[in-house]
Amino acid sequence: MRSAAAAPHIFWAALFIVVPLLIVIYYAFTSPEGGFSMENIFGLTDYFDIFLLSIELAVIATFVCLLIGYPMAYFIAKAEPSRQKIYMMLLMLPMWTNLLIRTYSIMVILDDGGFLNSLLGTELHIIGTKGAVIFGMVYDFLPYMVLPIYTCISKINKNMWEAASDLGCSPIRVLTKVILPLSLSGIISGVTMVLVPCISTFYISQKLGGGTFELIGDTIERQFVSGTLNVGAALSFVMMILILISLWVMHKFSDGQEGGIVP
Amino acid sequence: MRKILTLLSLPLLLSVLLLSFTACGEKEEGDAPTSDTIVLNVYNWGEYISDGSFGSYDTNAEFEKYCKEVLGKNVKVVYTTYATNEDMYAKIKSGAGTYDIIIPSDYMIDKMREEGELYAFDPATSIPNYQYVQNTYKNLFYDPENLYSVPYTYGKVGIIYNKTMIDEEDLSKIEAGEGSWDLLFNEKYKGKILQFNNPRDAFATAMFYLGLNINSANKADWEKALKLLSEQKALVQGYVSDEIFNKMTSGSAAIATYYAGDYLIMVEENENLGFYYPKEGTNEFVDAMCIPKDAKQKELAVEYINFMLSEEAAIANATYICYGSPNTLVLESEEYADEMGEEAMAVLYGQAENPYPFDPMYHGMTGGEMGEAGIQALMNGYWESLKTENAIELWVHITSALIVGGVLAYAIYSLYVKKKHSRFYRKREGTKENDKKA
Repeated sequence: MRSAAAAPHIFWAALFIVVPLLIVIYYAFTSPEGGFSMENIFGLTDYFDIFLLSIELAVIATFVCLLIGYPMAYFIAKAEPSRQKIYMMLLMLPMWTNLLIRTYSIMVILDDGGFLNSLLGTELHIIGTKGAVIFGMVYDFLPYMVLPIYTCISKINKNMWEAASDLGCSPIRVLTKVILPLSLSGIISGVTMVLVPCISTFYISQKLGGGTFELIGDTIERQFVSGTLNVGAALSFVMMILILISLWVMHKFSDGQEGGIVP
Repeated sequence: MRKILTLLSLPLLLSVLLLSFTACGEKEEGDAPTSDTIVLNVYNWGEYISDGSFGSYDTNAEFEKYCKEVLGKNVKVVYTTYATNEDMYAKIKSGAGTYDIIIPSDYMIDKMREEGELYAFDPATSIPNYQYVQNTYKNLFYDPENLYSVPYTYGKVGIIYNKTMIDEEDLSKIEAGEGSWDLLFNEKYKGKILQFNNPRDAFATAMFYLGLNINSANKADWEKALKLLSEQKALVQGYVSDEIFNKMTSGSAAIATYYAGDYLIMVEENENLGFYYPKEGTNEFVDAMCIPKDAKQKELAVEYINFMLSEEAAIANATYICYGSPNTLVLESEEYADEMGEEAMAVLYGQAENPYPFDPMYHGMTGGEMGEAGIQALMNGYWESLKTENAIELWVHITSALIVGGVLAYAIYSLYVKKKHSRFYRKREGTKENDKKA
């Protein structure tokens, strides 16, 4: 019975996950003429800097998300239940608009001679800097950080809170000794859910980075557009391996914690 | 019980979905219910035909009418669009769609012709209206014998500038017809310049400025262009594609390079913009109508191409698309010239004002000894290095090296611990079993 019920899911996963993955691997290890070749993989050393830059920006953006997101989740979880709903809705509100449109409007607002600059009468150069790309990533992916942490904190038994204060903990020590360790799995989930899309994003860097530098997502996109499929596939393949490794590392950190999305 | 119900409902749901799909399909062909309706599949760029919107001429509907009245056939045109040549190519090549008409650009026609993907319909004999196509647009590199294609539109790259943001000296130069690519590389306009965000077009701007062959097979030429582009990087506000519309019309940037037809759209929103073709020469593309070799309605496709060249359809499309038309019926039409206005005509067809003749030299890469793939790879690599130049600070290198080292050490350590653990458990289980036996 169970296996029959799972059949559609297996079919779905095979058609849209396994088969595309195999196609990517096939292209990564073949030359444009069709034979087996390791050239694509070895040639990736040229793209080392781009990998590094993507990881740098993604790590910074994730860290900023955590810095902003944790207090936010903490305060939402501590608010009254009726308020919590409103806060959550406000958090999700920007996500009702498509990510591409949000990113494009950030560009229009922050551009040289754009809305902000004409409002303030300044000549700030924001678009085209790394800061703008990090800002875009944080803006677009912050809810993915707040949500799991919020869920985690709100699941913590209120008695723990009270017990800790009753036993003489200052509010700060309640946070660092009780709440923070208990919400670690939420942090791990949040970091994963922000870091992975940040590393592979391509639209944000193109629009907000003014095209002055490329992230790995842009490079992969361009490889496919300009017809060098094999290099693009090799890049995607290595990217997947890197993400797998970082998931494994995070899994190690979250050992024994429940509620994380990492296997 | 509930589980069984869900299971049963799944195929039901699927069949409902399928039914609704087929129902849609039937509806589409609903306006011509007779069974002898012929479907013509046209695959074109987005926004690349006069489609009846805003009261314009509806080309496809008019063609259906023409078929019914003149040819006595019930024809239904199914019109779909693509965003890039490469999308279209992938679809045709993989067999994911069969089309009767496609409109690729020059280099793509060249490639598809060489791969035998196109049907040779010899327009000179099969298409009466082919006589109206300008001779300049016949016998071009992508179709030297004129067997596979009929030109539809062409366009050229030029420089768009904001008259209020550049100085007198440059303005008077441009007015004297001495405008050069120099403006794109001029330090005076630091932070106000926009460059193409694709390697092919960006390298071409540098190579035209340096007087190099943009299809050069010589690595040194590409290096020179890279050097110029990396000097330009400090001056550039951004590498852009469609953002250019916003940035130029809002006055964020002063100088950009793009297609003439698109400039005409920008100038409607900001009248301070101007446009010229650089004196060093510029690149040009031609988009032409072709028939794939797997087309099902080849005869009707030929009829369609002939119709597209007829006076009314050609003028309507040229007016709608705003790109140059190679059709003499269009060029000689007063109605068209009035509709477009003087400036647009000068921009689209203004060769006379430019002392240098346009070479349709923006060919697909030929590449000599290195081969097309070799040049493509070289150029992509250079583009990569242009983009990553000075992008990463030293501390990033050091920290990432430390982190990778740490992770590796931890991985080795944890593997070692696991092994120890499993050995321990195996031993313990072994003793348990021994206990049971005992």
